[in-house]
Amino acid sequence: MSAENAEHHAEPGDQPGKAREAFRDVTRDVAWVAEAPKPHKAWLAALTIAVILLSIGVISIYHLVTTGIGVWGNSNSVDWAWDITNFVWWIGIGHAGTLISAVLFLTRQSWRTSINRAAEAMTIFAVMCALLFPLLHTGRPWFAWWMIPHPNDMGMWPQFRSPLMWDVFAVSTYGLTSVLFWYMGLVPDLATFRDRCAAKGDKVRALIYGLVSLGWRGSARQWHRYERAYLILAGLATPLVFSVHSVVSFDFATSQLPGWHTTIFPPYFVAGAIFSGFAMVLTLMLPLRYLFNLHHIIKESHIGAMCKIMLATGMMVGLAYATELFIAWYSGNLYEKFAFWNRALGPFWWSYFLMISCNVLVPQLFWFKKIREKPVIIFILCIFVNIGMWFERFVIIATSLARSFMPSMWSYYHPTRWDIGLFLGTIGLFSTMFLLFFRYVPVIAMAEVKGVMPEAHAGKKGH
Amino acid sequence: MANTHDNHEPSDNDSEPVSADGDLYGVLAEYDTPGELLEAARKVRDAGYTEFDTYSPFPVHGMDEAMGIKRTILPLVVWGGGFTGLIGAVFLQWWMNAYNWPWNISGKPAWSMPANVPIAFEGTILFSVLSAFFGMWILNKLPQVWHPFFRSDRFGKVTDDTFLLGIEAKDKRFDQTSTTKLLQDAGAIAIENVFLETDPRRKTMPKFLFAIIVSSTAFALIPFAIAAKARNSHSNQPHFHIFPDMDFQPKYKSDTADDLFADGRANRGEIAGTVARGQLNADDEFYRGLAHGTGGEPQWTTGFPKQIEINDALVQRGQNRFNIYCTPCHGYDGRGLGAVPQRVAAGGGAWPARNLVEGGGVASKMPNGQLFNTISNGMGTMQGYAAQIPHADRWAIVLYVRALQRSQHAADTDVPADQKGSIR
Repeated sequence: MSAENAEHHAEPGDQPGKAREAFRDVTRDVAWVAEAPKPHKAWLAALTIAVILLSIGVISIYHLVTTGIGVWGNSNSVDWAWDITNFVWWIGIGHAGTLISAVLFLTRQSWRTSINRAAEAMTIFAVMCALLFPLLHTGRPWFAWWMIPHPNDMGMWPQFRSPLMWDVFAVSTYGLTSVLFWYMGLVPDLATFRDRCAAKGDKVRALIYGLVSLGWRGSARQWHRYERAYLILAGLATPLVFSVHSVVSFDFATSQLPGWHTTIFPPYFVAGAIFSGFAMVLTLMLPLRYLFNLHHIIKESHIGAMCKIMLATGMMVGLAYATELFIAWYSGNLYEKFAFWNRALGPFWWSYFLMISCNVLVPQLFWFKKIREKPVIIFILCIFVNIGMWFERFVIIATSLARSFMPSMWSYYHPTRWDIGLFLGTIGLFSTMFLLFFRYVPVIAMAEVKGVMPEAHAGKKGH
Repeated sequence: MANTHDNHEPSDNDSEPVSADGDLYGVLAEYDTPGELLEAARKVRDAGYTEFDTYSPFPVHGMDEAMGIKRTILPLVVWGGGFTGLIGAVFLQWWMNAYNWPWNISGKPAWSMPANVPIAFEGTILFSVLSAFFGMWILNKLPQVWHPFFRSDRFGKVTDDTFLLGIEAKDKRFDQTSTTKLLQDAGAIAIENVFLETDPRRKTMPKFLFAIIVSSTAFALIPFAIAAKARNSHSNQPHFHIFPDMDFQPKYKSDTADDLFADGRANRGEIAGTVARGQLNADDEFYRGLAHGTGGEPQWTTGFPKQIEINDALVQRGQNRFNIYCTPCHGYDGRGLGAVPQRVAAGGGAWPARNLVEGGGVASKMPNGQLFNTISNGMGTMQGYAAQIPHADRWAIVLYVRALQRSQHAADTDVPADQKGSIR
């Protein structure tokens, strides 16, 4: 009996207590992860690695802030390099979380309930990682608050016509919205944890979960406003997620650099963001589903649906690459032509090759149902997509800057150990946060899963 | 009532049994399935109860209609928030970038809407989201971590698998016997009376929680206190530098100490045989038109500096320079009717230039030094000509202006005796 069949009322609750048993099973299956007295060995091992990576990141940031961004490999002409590549990559990963929680909610895709909580958490942690890069790229991150409009003794206001300023507003609105949306969805489930801890006499946890669940009572009058607010937030998050990556693409598209100055960027970036985000969702969920035995909640059909979305968005990205090449030739613009010739065959040809193979060729395997049913293969393919989408941003940024209008500005980009250290650090930050989330927070939206089960309609007349 | 209440644990003595029950708060009835809860809610509503609610692990489809819940005003609140955000973001950008400090970006107009759309959009979303989130909690009267129903063990299972209907005793139709019967007839599998707390210790917040709240509030006020103190006091101490930026640089500033040189000064004196910038312009009379009398402030010089030799050639030179630089406004005769004022007047405007030769006028009363200074630095709307006219030529112009003033008010006696015959 899958969640998709919720509309075909199966009347499984005809026997007394049957429906309640089903709900109880959901609670138990989700709560045991957080209630297990000792964490899973694999979880501990993963957390150790994550914290080591995070420490590398902290050291890299310390060295960067105390010395200056000269420690990075950014040169005079390639002044946006790994930092902005990583920023766009992380932001893009975050977008799948919002898409799953908001867009699939609005389109009534009930399979989303099995993964939306984890996907939203992924969004928040990805935005945290993303924000680090432009913040540190300012060179003096302690002045970043100057970008917030406020009266000050310098008599300065922000310059609102700059796409970089749009970024500040778009990404911070996005981060805040994601946190509030996620937290609001969490409250009923945190109340479940509260009540379970109270029933077991675990007073410290009951108090903490009790405070963060705000005294949720599950009353119908509260559910009424809650559902309305959830719908409104989903409706607001949907245009927001499209606007955020469009604004990120404006950073490039409003400049005059060949290879950046194109109108295709907003839709192309949004498709790429969804593509990479779903790859990351699967990269995270497949091992956790295996480790914590969540096969009956995150079903094969859910994974299959995500593979199909990746196939579709992967081909959109491929179409965008092809369109860029076509327009470069068809426009007859000398600089545009050179930019794309150089992109594919210039000094960074290897990154273009990686991008095309990982983003366009590899996802074609998702056409086959046999592949969509094998989690190990899906996991490997998703790793390829993650790598490919990172290289997409690198290709756009580095190849365009390394070969701009004047040959005197031509150069080549090499990352330094501090570039690599900070990138590893954000992977560590993301993994640490995600692992902690998995251990202490209801990782699956229990109330939503119960609401779309066939038992949710048990005992109703006229069905 | 068992000890299930999570947020009101007494911090001093946990082992004390829960005290006797107080007044009846309400009745909880348990139903087996969402469908039965729905039917029970419909019956309770039809019986005329208003102070009742149903409690379920997830929103039961159709419950709003069954209980007769009015549609929430939340969408209206969100609309108001979003509208405020839109207007606020547009006004913010206009006021800051187009009004308070118009900012020239590549010569584009100070206010051009398309560039301001993204932030207006994000502002709308931000305020809508905030009003939806906080509006929902406020309308739901949450956070409220205490509630009489939390005293019930059964109520603690609502968030897991249990479907409850609660009727509060304050409902005007509430009657323990008939209400219980109504709930039972609707198919309740269990019914429980919930009483109010009577133990005063359990009604108060745990002491440690109270301490945390008070101390964190106090700590949060410290930055504001420091800011208030700083705003209302003076200090000779240098700023506290968290990040030194470029405030401290390994270089010497004037009048600082330095042990590198024998005299212990960072300042080094003049080097023999060199001339510092401006050093040759020390003569105040020639370069600035100032005469130093015996003490007191320097006055405008009334004569000419000693470097200037008054002769016919100098008047000729003055006329030549005057005709180049001064006539466009002041005119060839110095009456202020040059080409520029005339042209502006022809267009209906006014650009009056000073009449330099008017008897008793400003220019006539000015000492030579002040006239020189006016040519150098300008006056009113006139700009200074120091950059175009060398010092000696400015004195030549002063001389020529004096000649013009005299010529425009010449009397018979001014004419040399041997030339009087040529005047008719």
